[in-house]
Amino acid sequence: MTVADYAFYLFAILLVASGLFTVVARNPVHSVLWLILTFLSASGLFVLLGAEFVAMLLIIVYVGAVMVLFLFVVMMLDVDFAQLRGGMAKFMPFALLIGMVVLIQLGAAFGDWHVAEGSDALRAAVAPDANEIHNTAALGMLMYDDFLMLFQLAGLILLTAMIGAIVLTLRHNPNVKRQNVITQMHRDPAKAMELKDVKSGQGL
Amino acid sequence: MVGLEHYLAVAGALFVIGIFGLFLNRKNVIIILMSVELILLSVNINLVAFSSFAGDLVGQIFTMLVLTVAAAEAAIGLAILVGFFRNRGTIDVEDINVMKG
Repeated sequence: MTVADYAFYLFAILLVASGLFTVVARNPVHSVLWLILTFLSASGLFVLLGAEFVAMLLIIVYVGAVMVLFLFVVMMLDVDFAQLRGGMAKFMPFALLIGMVVLIQLGAAFGDWHVAEGSDALRAAVAPDANEIHNTAALGMLMYDDFLMLFQLAGLILLTAMIGAIVLTLRHNPNVKRQNVITQMHRDPAKAMELKDVKSGQGL
Repeated sequence: MVGLEHYLAVAGALFVIGIFGLFLNRKNVIIILMSVELILLSVNINLVAFSSFAGDLVGQIFTMLVLTVAAAEAAIGLAILVGFFRNRGTIDVEDINVMKG
């Protein structure tokens, strides 16, 4: 066994264990932290596979953005999570049953599969030699040439998600006074103030 | 020597854990969203493993697209969750019956 093999087993065991703890943890904050460990282990596996760019993307996008979003929402919502946890023992047998069924199905597919004849000729974008051109550059050339349309559509999906999230969560509070520039500019000084001639010693 | 089968086994285990989590946490929407993230991650591991062992970069391109869609899904899901919590004061899935579906 080489160092890479040991690293694979380390990351694989970490991945599966932290994934399991994500779904069975009692506290949702712990769940999010276990999920972060899952994503970090997965990016370790990606590095071992030679997909460095996707691994770094996983850390930046997932651990840096999505998981922080989850953490914010979990901490912001004032929910009685213990009460939500109540049904866990009730659902356990059914969940185990479904899990076993899916596991058996995947095992049946896993037991008998083989690479098709001549599949090498069907490759759409043969990976270049890693010594000549590194993973990020190769992916960039592929993405901006052959997959430009998909890339733009992915950007459109993100734009839709952004607008949707803002529309869903933005709330106007009627008690907050805001500056209205148009009304400010159209104020008439003659109407805005009134001059009174006050006699001395009397007041208004 | 670690081969393609090892990675597929890890991805399969993660997929089953994700499905297990979906059915185990039937009340808590946040954990359900996290389970969906686990399932998408297992799909990503599959894509990258096949891409690496077949020498075809398209798998990694698709991984990035799956990542984009998963991020968008998480953002929209959490926004809906926050809006629902503001209106109803709970995130129990069994209470989500406004549309009488």
